[in-house]
Amino acid sequence: MTVHTLTIDGRDVAAPDGSSILAAARESGIPIPTLCHLDGLGDVGACRVCLVEVDSHVNPAARPQPACMTAVREGMVVVTVGQRLSELRRTVVEMLFAERNHVCAVCVADNHCELQDRAVDVGMRHVDLPSVEPLLDVDASHPLFAIDHNRCIMCTRCVRVCDEVEGAHTWDVAGRGIDARVVTDLGTPWGESTTCTSCGKCVQVCPTGALYEKGRSVGAGAKRRRPFLPYLREHRPAGEP
Amino acid sequence: MSAVRAAPPHHRRTARTAADVRASAHVCLAASCLASGADTVLAALDDEVAGRGLADVEVKRVGCLRLCSAGPLVEVAQSGQLFEHVTAGDLGGVIDALSQVRPDRPRQVSTRPFFTRQRPLVTENFGRVDPESLDDYVAADGYRALRQAITSMTPAQVLGEVTSSGLRGRGGGGYPTGLKWATVAKATAPDGVKYLICNADEGDPGAFMDRSVLESDPHRVLEGMAIAAYAVGANSGFVYCRAEYPLAVSRLRTAIRVARRAGYLGTRVCDSTFAFDVEVRLGAGAFVCGEETALIASIRGGRGTPRPRPPYPAASGLAGRPTLINNVETFAGVPWIIRHGGGAYAAIGTPRSTGTKVFALAGRVRHTGLVEVPMGLTLREIVFDIGGGVPDGRAFKAVQTGGPSGGCLPADHLDMVVDYESLKEAGSIMGSGGMIIMDDTSCMVDVAKYFMDFCRDESCGACVPCRVGTTQLWMLLDRITRGTAERADLDQVERLSSTVAAGSLCGLGQTAPNPVFSTLRYFRQEYLAHIDEGICPAGVCSISEAHA
Amino acid sequence: MTRLGRRPEALIEVLHAAQEAFGFLTRDALADIAEALQLPLSRVYGVATFYSHFTLEPQGRHICVVCTGTACYISGAARLLDAIEADLTVRPGQTTADGLLSLLTARCIGSCSLAPTAVVDGELHGTLTAPALLSRLTALQP
Repeated sequence: MTVHTLTIDGRDVAAPDGSSILAAARESGIPIPTLCHLDGLGDVGACRVCLVEVDSHVNPAARPQPACMTAVREGMVVVTVGQRLSELRRTVVEMLFAERNHVCAVCVADNHCELQDRAVDVGMRHVDLPSVEPLLDVDASHPLFAIDHNRCIMCTRCVRVCDEVEGAHTWDVAGRGIDARVVTDLGTPWGESTTCTSCGKCVQVCPTGALYEKGRSVGAGAKRRRPFLPYLREHRPAGEP
Repeated sequence: MSAVRAAPPHHRRTARTAADVRASAHVCLAASCLASGADTVLAALDDEVAGRGLADVEVKRVGCLRLCSAGPLVEVAQSGQLFEHVTAGDLGGVIDALSQVRPDRPRQVSTRPFFTRQRPLVTENFGRVDPESLDDYVAADGYRALRQAITSMTPAQVLGEVTSSGLRGRGGGGYPTGLKWATVAKATAPDGVKYLICNADEGDPGAFMDRSVLESDPHRVLEGMAIAAYAVGANSGFVYCRAEYPLAVSRLRTAIRVARRAGYLGTRVCDSTFAFDVEVRLGAGAFVCGEETALIASIRGGRGTPRPRPPYPAASGLAGRPTLINNVETFAGVPWIIRHGGGAYAAIGTPRSTGTKVFALAGRVRHTGLVEVPMGLTLREIVFDIGGGVPDGRAFKAVQTGGPSGGCLPADHLDMVVDYESLKEAGSIMGSGGMIIMDDTSCMVDVAKYFMDFCRDESCGACVPCRVGTTQLWMLLDRITRGTAERADLDQVERLSSTVAAGSLCGLGQTAPNPVFSTLRYFRQEYLAHIDEGICPAGVCSISEAHA
Repeated sequence: MTRLGRRPEALIEVLHAAQEAFGFLTRDALADIAEALQLPLSRVYGVATFYSHFTLEPQGRHICVVCTGTACYISGAARLLDAIEADLTVRPGQTTADGLLSLLTARCIGSCSLAPTAVVDGELHGTLTAPALLSRLTALQP
């Protein structure tokens, strides 16, 4: 197994061939914020929160790359901080808040939400960008779970876990662009799904309050991280359980 | 729903040898002329010739005769006379010209700059061959390059010619073709399988070069693909063609069928041990599928969602195998390069942008249609000498190249040279070849909004900057065109444009802000007029009374 | 589907054929296709709703596609659409109340020299004025 040496923020890091920059960084305790990434699921590089500068000393005009999907190379020079990256990450999180209707005060995930956490991480305090304000609904037809599309950030973790881990592929993405939505089966109500196994994995992996368990009040709303899914881990900053 | 009917099948090509024919009327049956009634003209001309018993006159269906704005077009091949706006009821001029053809009468060379300034290379068969006739193609030196490559050149030698030609990707990226081929040639797949894809998803609004090539000379594209496959070691090819081009698709399918029967495709290409076959795959209306990784996803029957690159398709593409993806025009240039040598191609154009480029000239210009010119002409030469300038007494305002990924260049840039580097420096890109001329009836803020609307609509939706950013940019541009924007909104436009350009996952998002960047660079005063004074200088935007 | 080999990769080709046959894609058709190609329902739905060419809505007896490519746009495509809305009360993506006409837009059909253009029931018409297009549309038979 080949091991590569690269530098991340000036520090020498060793990582096995095939590792992503994200994995190498986390092994070395260097934090890189993420949203659509979840250990145990295939990556898509879609949220753009984990963008890092790669070899910008060679090509200053190069665009930043997603750390979750960029494989390490021998001698690679990675920078995870800096004004351009801060600006990009802050704008991306701001875009997400402006894209749909996020009202934290009435959300089951308030204070247990990865979107909120990322806003804190990247220093996003208020939203200046134009609000899209789409008309979106809640599908509460399933006996155990519900989805509020107003809170969805289209990270596609639900799609990926249902396809890759449960194998049911109940969820997928329909439509295109700003009109894209996650859907069950033929865009039919979740409660009528003929493929859903009610395993609840999608609810577990959802970073916001979009997918939630019914019957919980806002106060008791923290999603329980069930112990039988140890192979799916959300990254927590050092010091938190 | 199909956009255009395919050509009617009833055209009778009377079997004659070339010796029997004294005069030929070539009728253009590419989509534009067809839409103007060229099929009726063809049928009427057939009847007229038969009715008069003109046994030595041939009426032939051909591909694009270039001057699309003057269609239906009929050319008398031997004399070179071109008849414009021909109708079924008025064929007198054509019949007279046909009767006057004599073997000793020299072919009249057009003196019109629209034709004389062109350098047909990719389009050299346009108007000469019947796109549905393999015999015509072969008679015009067709498949000679393929035979030459397979029987007397090694793949490395073929690669060498393409590299020395300096050919660059004609789909818009301008990536050195030889380098791309070399990457695929060197790449190894576990089972040795490599693929070849021809990108015929011409999605730039205002571009019809690839459509014209596929409708007028489909065999040329197949020949180029087969030569490329030989050079890189691929045995399986696809043409991914947009569904909005049913005529191109049908001509391509016919060409594949006859080429297979004649042994130019299949298990023994030109009687050799080299095998190569081609399949057509249809798009279904998604501009993003012109992006290589989205195209691959679509060929696999999925949503056209791009993936981050690296890895590049040349190393890991369709089904994880090394895949060569080139544009229609790129492949169509290959047979000429093999026949004449890479050096001859490199001698045309400029040192860094060699050869010719096919442009689709459209918009506010006298002569619209298909134009193939050497790289290195100035914009002025193309727009005014070839295009004939702006009609109706209006003033030239801007020329737009590169579609939604490109930019608008103003009058003071007319003397710049058209090549990859110059266009990039000026804030536009070469793009696939769509060149739209705008006059003073266009508002440049409205134009920027138009292109942003396009990108917003066509965004696949996977990544945040493009999905949300193009929507927000459109909202802000809309505010500006309504006269309800403030300076702070312009600052937001600039901030968002940077984020979308730097943060997007694929080329669609990365280049979506280009029309905004270029119009802010050259037409900033128009933005400010809308914002500060509430007026649209071009008189296009309806600015509400309350904010005027 | 038999001709295309029932491979999952043939999904787009199969959807084209289904829409060609029935005029639009019904949920039942999508379910049948999913079954035949052994694909998840949501995957088929996701593909059918990604591409502009496919529609899940029944179409009118006649279809008019107005091109909104760059050349057509600067030559007045928006005016054509405004005139159709004013006269026939239908906007792009909609069908008239009597089910006679569906109005669609296309991002470029590649006949820019004839701008502005529209395709009515598969036939392309160029250098259109609003009155010319409207007279063609009002002449359409139920």
